[in-house]
Amino acid sequence: MRHLLAALVALALLIPVPAFAGPVQDLLQAHGSAIIKSSRKTIQPTIDAMAASGLPEVQLILQKWQAREIWQRKEDGQFFIGEEVEKRVYRLTDFDTGERVGDYPKKELKQVKPNSGVQAMIGTALVQFQLTDPDPSLRAAALDSIQRDPAPELLPPLRASIESETDPTLKAQKDRLNTLLTISYGADDAERIVAIDSMAGDLGVDVRATLNPLLDTTRKIADGDTPGTENVAKVLVPGTDLTETEAYDLIVAAWLAPARIEPDDIRNALAAHIDGGTVGSIPVATLSDPAKRVLAYDALAANGTVPPRVTPADQQAALAQFTIYDAYLEPSQQVTDAAQDALTDIELNVSLYQTLDLSLDALSLASIYFLAAIGLAITFGVMGVINMAHGEFIMMGAYTGYVIQQIIPDYTLSIIVAIPVAFLVTFGAGVAMERLVIRWLYHRPLETLLATFGISIALQQIAKNIFGTQARPLTSPAWLDGAWVMNDVVSISYIRIAIFCLAMIFLAVFLFIMNRTRLGLETRAVTQNPRMAGSMGINPDKVNMLTFGLGSGIAGIAGVAIGLYAKVTSELGSDYIVQSFMTVVVGGVGNIWGTLLGAGMIGFLQKGIEWMNPSNTLAAQTYMIIFIIIFIQFRPRGIIALKGRAAGD
Amino acid sequence: MSRSFFLKNPSVLVFIACLALFTLGATILSDGFGVGLISTSFIKTLGKTLCLCLVAIAMDLVWGYAGILSLGHMAFFGLGGYMIGMWLMYERTRLIITESMSNAAIPPTDQEVVDAIGTQIFGVVGSSDFPTIWLFSASLPMQLALVVLVPGLLALIFGWLAFRSRVTGVYLSILTQAMTLALALYLFQNDSGLRGNNGLSGLQNLPGLDAVPQSTLSVWFLWASALALGLGYVLIAWVVSGKFGSVIRGIRDDEARVRFLGYSVEGYKLFVFVLTAIIAGIAGALYYPQAGIINPAEMAPIASIYLAVWVAIGGRGRIYGAVIGAALVSLVSTWFTSGQVPSINLGVYTVNWVDWWQVVLGLSFVLVTLYAPKGIGGLFDLISGRTPPNRHGKDLGPDAGSLQEQEAEQ
Repeated sequence: MRHLLAALVALALLIPVPAFAGPVQDLLQAHGSAIIKSSRKTIQPTIDAMAASGLPEVQLILQKWQAREIWQRKEDGQFFIGEEVEKRVYRLTDFDTGERVGDYPKKELKQVKPNSGVQAMIGTALVQFQLTDPDPSLRAAALDSIQRDPAPELLPPLRASIESETDPTLKAQKDRLNTLLTISYGADDAERIVAIDSMAGDLGVDVRATLNPLLDTTRKIADGDTPGTENVAKVLVPGTDLTETEAYDLIVAAWLAPARIEPDDIRNALAAHIDGGTVGSIPVATLSDPAKRVLAYDALAANGTVPPRVTPADQQAALAQFTIYDAYLEPSQQVTDAAQDALTDIELNVSLYQTLDLSLDALSLASIYFLAAIGLAITFGVMGVINMAHGEFIMMGAYTGYVIQQIIPDYTLSIIVAIPVAFLVTFGAGVAMERLVIRWLYHRPLETLLATFGISIALQQIAKNIFGTQARPLTSPAWLDGAWVMNDVVSISYIRIAIFCLAMIFLAVFLFIMNRTRLGLETRAVTQNPRMAGSMGINPDKVNMLTFGLGSGIAGIAGVAIGLYAKVTSELGSDYIVQSFMTVVVGGVGNIWGTLLGAGMIGFLQKGIEWMNPSNTLAAQTYMIIFIIIFIQFRPRGIIALKGRAAGD
Repeated sequence: MSRSFFLKNPSVLVFIACLALFTLGATILSDGFGVGLISTSFIKTLGKTLCLCLVAIAMDLVWGYAGILSLGHMAFFGLGGYMIGMWLMYERTRLIITESMSNAAIPPTDQEVVDAIGTQIFGVVGSSDFPTIWLFSASLPMQLALVVLVPGLLALIFGWLAFRSRVTGVYLSILTQAMTLALALYLFQNDSGLRGNNGLSGLQNLPGLDAVPQSTLSVWFLWASALALGLGYVLIAWVVSGKFGSVIRGIRDDEARVRFLGYSVEGYKLFVFVLTAIIAGIAGALYYPQAGIINPAEMAPIASIYLAVWVAIGGRGRIYGAVIGAALVSLVSTWFTSGQVPSINLGVYTVNWVDWWQVVLGLSFVLVTLYAPKGIGGLFDLISGRTPPNRHGKDLGPDAGSLQEQEAEQ
């Protein structure tokens, strides 16, 4: 093989170089030395000349050059496309003919190596070709790269490419990018202001990203009034816009005034000048008194050993002498004014949409609370049983979903299977609990609360023993990933929409069961008067058991839904239990519409408080609970209070 | 008067005698004062258990006697701990800072000392300024007053709001649980001013008593806790023995009837609620210097639920029952969760008690609620031969009072 190769190389060397060189080779030769010794500062004319040459191969040359795939043959100084075919052997291709020239060992060639700065410049030159490339995906990629990395020199090729664009989406994108680039790099102010005005009220993040840098300011200090040459954003008044100390420190930082002497400076200066137990003729032992320290320091300053303290009068004089102001980096005032107006417009629009976004968030939180509380609305609201293990039923549902996903790997199918299985598991657990514990405690609500607490503690620990303390994932199917995006401000993930739909379905199911089925009728009868219901031929034991199982089963389904949205841990249920009870109590016990309103109120309230103090969701929960405690003062029976005989007790 | 009180309630004397004997025995066996059979850490556990007994008898008063199932008393307990912890932490840091600053060339000003303390204490939450709530932390008497005042005031405000709107029964329980959750969540924040989830630490070192070894300190705290428990016991026994006790038992059994008889039910409930909150605060102030650290997790709702568990297992409506329940369950819990109990090998599965103790506790709680509403204390009735009159239906336990099941249904 090696012999064969050597023979080939020898053969290739024997073939004389054709005297005729194509136009590309001529062009490359014309700029040969510049190409070989390229540098950021000198290469631009060469790149421009190539781009302007109008040859059909220009794009290819630039691409190969950027990719460092151009090689020069040492023998005659001609340029070719090189491609490594074997270690240290390169196959050269002619630019003009596209024919293979032959394989050469590396030592006979010289690689053209543009540095990264030059590569970037070639990339810019390439953009205009990509912008008119026949492949739409390449054009879109070029637009993306311009958006990521805007530069003034990209504006002319972009403008030139708009006319010939055929794809309407890409054309709109190019128009928008043209406007944005004009705002940043437009030739004159009038053109830029027109572009800015055309973007007023637009919600895109890119518009704000373009406009905000125009309003960047630097803080400057002028002796006397502000100079007329500056585009002043704001003159800062010490005492109102910033404290006098801050203002003075700014002047100090600009080397225009002597630094203030801080208590720390005084202490260090005093420590440095202790002279036989005294400083400035004041005994060191008494220097724990700040006033004495000042006296000692002033004595030192009088001797000239330390700089004198800056008196308040000095500070005032400095503040009066200098003007502190923020100046725009952008010199033109019309442009900054227009940008300011446009941004104000945009902010107004954005805050409107943010309100909408916040409402959607609140709605989705409300539906999660509603989901967590709806099972409780049956067991607590209708039957009057306090089930503190309700949260653990939610957890059981979520873990059931997790286990099903371990068995059935297909996410869509596993969720479809998990929902009825979770219902059955928690239905069974609920029925068992009702039979074993709760039915003995129907007239002792406090004891029910305690006994179910015991069950809740035990269930939580069992879950911890089986599944461990780390969070288990319950993965949603791919079609639930992603979000419904309305614009750059408003978006909501599909999973939240799904949870909202599920909450609405549950509401319908609840209403149907309670108002339209025999079980609902019997449940209401047993709850109101078990003896009368019994004498009408209803078996109260059976009805109680089924109703409790139903409420628990719904908690299980809610668990699957909540598990998709939050991580599944053994504490999943206890995170929701207090809020769930609050939802039922605030809404009004015994009324599903009340529970709905309660969930809505708590959801919106929590999001509202979070919006006021976004950094602190813990505080939001605290304030929400305090609000609920106060709310119960005014409506002790909840938003919708049952009246008359149905109110019971 | 006190003569007749002790004559009427011989169990108080018995209890005081038992407590004194226990304290004496523990002292003799301790490392610091006696033969050293009991380790210092176990003396601390015993001291802490006495504090838990104190908060348990407070819980018994508010739940077993007045029928208010409060799920917030461990929050008051924690608040008491925080109040004393603030002083302990401030004073100890001040001593350390003064010590280290005394070597400086220039004696420090007061402000410099305070700033250095602030940096030391709040550096962990990225701050150095003292929040307003630390205003009195330099003064022991003020912080001791706050141990009583802060839980008392919180209980007063919360109780007044809750009782005046006639929130009763399970609703009140859920509301107190919400209050506890809100408080714990609030304290978890770093800008709550109490060092967020780091809590206060190093509380076992009493400022100015560095020379005293922990073995001696632990016995001192045991004595203080025993004294507090004894006094608390007598106080609560006295409160429930007279006419006041009859009224609050009446409220427990049928609130509406007591109201119709002309008593201010809200006033009585509020008094009991605030009094027990204060006792809980004092218990906490004694507990946390022995525990050495307090953080918001200690105040989570589950702690208050365990308190209810102790009282229920011990026996509601009898003060010694609460003491027995708290002491037994907390000591057994410590034993089981410390990993000293050998695991049971079932062949297919090894029962590790650290993991399974909570399950056993939860289930035994269910069983006690179902089958022994009088708890362990009910065993004393067998000894004294005090059996309830044979009436129809099931006993409803102390909180539905004298009513039997079939009567309550009417």
